Amino acid sequence: MDSTILAQVTGNIATIGYGLATLGPALGIGMLVAKTQESTARQPEVAGQLRINMFIGMALVEALGLIGLVAGLMFS
Amino acid sequence: MGYDFRDPHQLGPTTRCLWRARAADDLGECALITAATDLLLAAGEGGGIHIPTMDEFFPPAIAFEGTIFEFNRVTFVRILATVVLCVVFWILANRARLVPGRAQSIAEMGLDFVRVNIAEEVLGKNHARPYVPLLTTMFFAIFALNITGVLPLLNISSNSVVAVPLLLAVASFVAFIVAGIRAHGVFGYVRTTLFPSGVPWPLYFILAPIEVLSTFILRPATLTIRLMSNMLAGHLLLVLFFAMTHYFFVEAGPAFAAVGVVTFGASIAFTVFEIFISALQAYIFTLLTAVYINLSQEAH
Repeated sequence: MDSTILAQVTGNIATIGYGLATLGPALGIGMLVAKTQESTARQPEVAGQLRINMFIGMALVEALGLIGLVAGLMFS
Repeated sequence: MGYDFRDPHQLGPTTRCLWRARAADDLGECALITAATDLLLAAGEGGGIHIPTMDEFFPPAIAFEGTIFEFNRVTFVRILATVVLCVVFWILANRARLVPGRAQSIAEMGLDFVRVNIAEEVLGKNHARPYVPLLTTMFFAIFALNITGVLPLLNISSNSVVAVPLLLAVASFVAFIVAGIRAHGVFGYVRTTLFPSGVPWPLYFILAPIEVLSTFILRPATLTIRLMSNMLAGHLLLVLFFAMTHYFFVEAGPAFAAVGVVTFGASIAFTVFEIFISALQAYIFTLLTAVYINLSQEAH
């Protein structure tokens, strides 16, 4: 009697690697946006400046996630 | 003549019946497992759900195959979007009236948004003027090239391959370096960027390499990859949802239609989400270019 495969996983381990690589940036962006929201609620008159600073910070934090994506494509 | 327990023809009627029931049960169980397995493995076997891969972004060439002018669907969409954008703005600019009509109001709202909410807010009213044309061009070019990802029949964003984002990032790179050199001179710009004042001098050994990496390598690289990966991921998601909807409605049989309704709803929701992302990415790219120009203009 031949065995039946119930479930199998195929593909590249880099997928899991990218999943791990997104954890840090995800937390970072979450904190950034949350703090910006809090500050905007406290001082709505500087909302524009806060938003710009948020995007500057986001560019730095997001870089890590983006490097994770590229690393997966480079080494696979 | 041997007696074989496994041959149902040699058993009594009751035993035979039991045997058949067991066999039928086994068969049913087997069929169930096979069905489930087929469904799980449908991805890997060619038939069933069409899982998108990177090949989506490299369709076969239409013309000039093998040369550097190779022309495929992505290139076609890119040129079409550019032509449409130019024609729309050419017509609007030619028909500009003192009292704007409906189309002109919408265009003016867009142009105002870039000038007031991006350029003047980041760079300040006095410094913004020279960079407004660049930022406006960037914003509308990126938006036009992004939105083709959700337009029927086109269905691919030419920003999902690296060429256009890279070109735009190089434009942004040149813009912020030129802005810095204009404000401080070549030597002054390098000094203010790499050696910010107010830091004890031994720290420069650590700080200068970090600044080189973050300013001259990571800035253009992240601008490129952010735009490209957002469009790429969006396209893959949409393809996956539409393929699943097609599979559940057409191929998987009526029992799976309920799942098909869910994936169809998700595909509509993600199309709307993609429209939002198109505008957001254009905004972020333009805003970051303005921020980088501002950072190289002001002394540290």
